[in-house]
Amino acid sequence: MDNPQQLRYSKEHEWLSAAEDGVSTVGITEHAANALGDVVFVQLPEVGATVTAGESCGELESTKSVSDLYAPVDGEITEVNEDVASDPSLVNSAPFEGGWLFKVKITGEPEDLLTADEYTAFTAG
Amino acid sequence: MTEAPRRTALDATHRALGATMTDFAGWDMPLRYSSERDEHVAVRTRAGLFDLSHMGEITVTGPRAADLLDYALVGNIGGVATGRARYTMICAPDGGILDDLIVYRLADQEYMVVANASNAQVVLDALTERAGGFDAAIRDDRDAYALIAVQGPESPGILKGLTDADLDGLKYYAGLPGKVAGVDALIARTGYTGEDGFELFVRPADAVALWEALTEAGASVGLVPCGLSCRDTLRLEAGMPLYGHELTSATTPFDAGLGRVVKFDKTTNGGDFVGRAALAQAAERAETAPPRKLVGLIAEGRRVPRAGYPVVAADGTVIGEVTSGAPSPTLGKPIAIAYVDAAHAAPGTEGVRVDIRGSHEPYEVVALPFYKRQK
Repeated sequence: MDNPQQLRYSKEHEWLSAAEDGVSTVGITEHAANALGDVVFVQLPEVGATVTAGESCGELESTKSVSDLYAPVDGEITEVNEDVASDPSLVNSAPFEGGWLFKVKITGEPEDLLTADEYTAFTAG
Repeated sequence: MTEAPRRTALDATHRALGATMTDFAGWDMPLRYSSERDEHVAVRTRAGLFDLSHMGEITVTGPRAADLLDYALVGNIGGVATGRARYTMICAPDGGILDDLIVYRLADQEYMVVANASNAQVVLDALTERAGGFDAAIRDDRDAYALIAVQGPESPGILKGLTDADLDGLKYYAGLPGKVAGVDALIARTGYTGEDGFELFVRPADAVALWEALTEAGASVGLVPCGLSCRDTLRLEAGMPLYGHELTSATTPFDAGLGRVVKFDKTTNGGDFVGRAALAQAAERAETAPPRKLVGLIAEGRRVPRAGYPVVAADGTVIGEVTSGAPSPTLGKPIAIAYVDAAHAAPGTEGVRVDIRGSHEPYEVVALPFYKRQK
């Protein structure tokens, strides 16, 4: 699978778009979506909530398991994807596009975000 | 466990199909090939193809094979006609369930016992120990068979094109030897999905040829390969218990609402069988003062209950425990099987919740199964 070059990645398998006016879009990677299987329920953070990099800010339920959704950066949630809340299968069918999860106004970034090539190597290992 | 997982005769086929594999009871098995929900729906509406070669086959032969099984298992196995099968259990002397089994009578003096992969060694050891004094032989046939299942409403049509065997005469829980796609098979009308279907026991060397023939024969009616993930949601909807979840060595068949499999009226061996005294007490307790009952739960919300989650009353008191839970593709809602205190176990009981990671979510109590196919 191809991890888009223009995105950055966390080791918890979230992707982060390049910031526009300080706001980035966040989702989970195709690798993560495939590992989860069919996603049936997504609990997203509230708009306005403050999130901390590496800490849980929601949940993803699949047929077999429930997984925490981690914030890849520090910041404030500015928007959540209501389409994914009503149709969680978007996470599987379009993880890098229509299956995005939330937008966050970044106040702090961890130092260990990965490039696409680094993330590809990380998940191959 | 440090040993590398075992691989079935179809391992290369699964990998070529792009299966996501999982370790299951020491076997490397297909979890899913694509979407487990799509695989589930295929079995309910068309047909699905499963590799179940991890299941443990044990052959019991000899003049007193029937008497041995009547003594070692809780069912009336001597009463099973040749060519028929029986769902039964093997219990410890204290009545605890060691495994649930399907026993096929292949001939007057020959039975095949099919155990769960995780319990096959326990069952083999128990049968061997219990065989003392009986003129019967126990044979470990785990490596002698691959097992391929075709399940779903289209499965009879798919199989008919590949065999001369009399499938119309083959009833549910019956099995007969025959050739399928030129391969020697024991053709059994059994399954674990709640649908009509067949389980085909074949030599491992024939497994790939049979899988390919079935794949080709089923292509036009929408047969797809199916993994263990959808097998679990299919059996859950059908209310079928799974060992390690609803059934454990700490539960008796009566606790699990399956007391009907225990036959106290057996006449062989003077009516004695392993666990009899304890099971008679368990039957009495289930009748007069059941501690907990196995029930179905249907979510009102969308969060999914998982095995081990507490069932709680409106005031937060713990009144039970979830044994299996999953999003149900057929109902479109999360469902669970749970042991619940008898006072809260009647269908329609108000105020029953599941503690989902600290949040008490409302659930409807229903009788099992969740799904029954229209015949």
